[in-house]
Amino acid sequence: MTRVVRWQLLVAGLLAIMAVAVSGCATTASSSGGGNKGGGGSNGGGADVKAASTLNGAGATFPEPIYQQIFKQMASKEGIQVNYNGVGSTGGIQQFTKGTVAFGASDAPMTDQEVKAVKGNVMHVATFGGAAVAAYNLKGVKKLNLTGAVLADIFAGKIKKWNDPAIARLNPNAKLPDANIVTVHRSDGSGTTNMFTGYLSAISPYWKQHFGYSTEINWPSGIGGDGNDGVAGQIQQNPNSIGYIGLEYAKANKIPYANIGQKPGKYVTASVQTAKNGLSQGKIPNDLRATISTQAPFQGNAYPAVNYTYLLVHKNMSDLAQCKAVAQTAWYITHQGQKLGPGQNYVPIPQSVKVKDEQEIKSMKAQGQKCYSGK
Amino acid sequence: MGEAAWPSLPDCFFIRRGVILNLFKRLRRGNLGDNIFGFVVLLFGVSILVIMAGIVFQLWLQSAPSREKFGWSFLWSTAYDVQRQNYGAGVFIYGTLVTAFIALILAAPVGVGIAAYLVEIAPRRLNRVVGSMVELLAAVPSIVYGLWGFYALNPFLRDYIAPPLQAVLGWLPPFSGEFVGTSVFTASVVLAIMILPTVAAVSRDVLRAVPDAQREAMLALGATRWEMFSRAVLPYAKSGVLGAAILGLGRAAGETMAVTFIIGNNPQIFKSLFGQGATIASEIAAKWQEASGLTLPVLMELGLVLFAITIIINISARLLVMLLVRGPRGGLRA
Repeated sequence: MTRVVRWQLLVAGLLAIMAVAVSGCATTASSSGGGNKGGGGSNGGGADVKAASTLNGAGATFPEPIYQQIFKQMASKEGIQVNYNGVGSTGGIQQFTKGTVAFGASDAPMTDQEVKAVKGNVMHVATFGGAAVAAYNLKGVKKLNLTGAVLADIFAGKIKKWNDPAIARLNPNAKLPDANIVTVHRSDGSGTTNMFTGYLSAISPYWKQHFGYSTEINWPSGIGGDGNDGVAGQIQQNPNSIGYIGLEYAKANKIPYANIGQKPGKYVTASVQTAKNGLSQGKIPNDLRATISTQAPFQGNAYPAVNYTYLLVHKNMSDLAQCKAVAQTAWYITHQGQKLGPGQNYVPIPQSVKVKDEQEIKSMKAQGQKCYSGK
Repeated sequence: MGEAAWPSLPDCFFIRRGVILNLFKRLRRGNLGDNIFGFVVLLFGVSILVIMAGIVFQLWLQSAPSREKFGWSFLWSTAYDVQRQNYGAGVFIYGTLVTAFIALILAAPVGVGIAAYLVEIAPRRLNRVVGSMVELLAAVPSIVYGLWGFYALNPFLRDYIAPPLQAVLGWLPPFSGEFVGTSVFTASVVLAIMILPTVAAVSRDVLRAVPDAQREAMLALGATRWEMFSRAVLPYAKSGVLGAAILGLGRAAGETMAVTFIIGNNPQIFKSLFGQGATIASEIAAKWQEASGLTLPVLMELGLVLFAITIIINISARLLVMLLVRGPRGGLRA
């Protein structure tokens, strides 16, 4: 008899705890369902609806430093408090799709499938340009010149040694070691990977056929590092290595990177200016979804491994106050905020792209009304 | 309460002693405070089962798309194709097991050696100092080991350990190829150092629990210290020491941050220890943040696999202990 009692107790306890656990799951599931809530939330309608005073956004880590700076400025000048969470591009797209944030941010444009998941209710606002540079760790080599084709062969594992004739030919004055090349790449999905491999695909047919371009690649070999800092750390810790990182990161941490050329003899050093030259030569469609580096090579002093980072906003929102705040934020980043870019090694967007951004922001609607009311 | 506690109870012809005792027992069981206490403690006890079941259940649930797509072949498939969204756990299981076992091979002898020194040789004062330091090492967060491995151990191995190792054993496939600091080998060494305190601390407790009579008997027979340790102490504590090793193996298999730092995160079946690899835990740590589409269920299923591996390691440890321990009766159990 005692046995039975004990078992009944056990089962009762189990059920009690399970009930708690299940109800916990239920709440998390339901919270992801709602869209564009939070913040002001006044549904009165009419032109006198003010922009919400707080806004939540999440996404790419690449523009996070500059966004945080801009949002700080915005809070004091425009009275909108934006909370930005740098969870990564994919995370940003996910949260945007679920509707847990008012806007998302991504370094790579959403794929057709991802656009379908939000029923086409998304616009890409290009905010800043970025460049991926090939940082290296070679003792005694202060300047390294590479062509796109050689760079692709290195990352494809076709060129294995630093003193390979293909590299030596481009760097007659450098003392290249007789050592294996250690390549470093991102282990997480990344917009930097997308723009870097986009360039390799544009230049090398072999690369395009075997690896293509994306936020994640089937790397044939090499070390995977987590984030820009992870890749940079791996490069610094492993002699004879080469990897790609964001220009802004390489500049801020004074990591040497290679000059990239279309042809031997004509090399471009990545900088805010040369990256802007590259970006302004790229063609961008009206929905702004593009990987500019895939259009390389560019003419003149233009750095090729470049692309935009995007703010993801809804075409149609349910909450007018939120929508107004999002439109105001997008406008601020693409206008006043641009001035902060070069100081932090972010590339301001060219005029042609800014015009497209403006059209998009002005077309944002909520409850049948336009969200942007301004200059 | 035994019957002996009631010797003076009248042995009436209509009330047997047993009946009264049962009555008392029932009364005792009817105590409300005892009941509440029993129930609350039972809940705590059950909670561990529920938590475990909950974790497995959630992993199972969330990995559904991956399980449906890849089926059982996920377990041995070594595919890792981002573009075609084709994944298998093979490379990660391989990486996990290889690094964990190398770590164990490196750490187990040293750990048992530390324990033997502390228990058999070291003077009492030193014993206390070294002993608490071993415990301190076990409490260092794993990310600290990762940083240390990355910035300090990595160049040390590259400059002083790898060249002679390659000169002597370079003809063997596991030691072939050029040594890169960020590699499976470095990861294994860091893991070995991480599990060393665990192995040492547990083995020390086990060795200390060996009755002194065991040692005295051996010494009385004229045995040396080594003979005493190897013939009397170690066999007695065999299962406990084995348990310590398995504990270390489990920790090595599940280690995350430190490994992510230094293994190179390259999902491949590495042939040389000087190449890069990936473990289940490191893959989850490296990928979860940007995981989308099918990747997230794949990571969940990898988590499930790691769970299973840990359980299998523990069960096989028990079996191993049961098989191996035929030494003196009453030997210590892990």
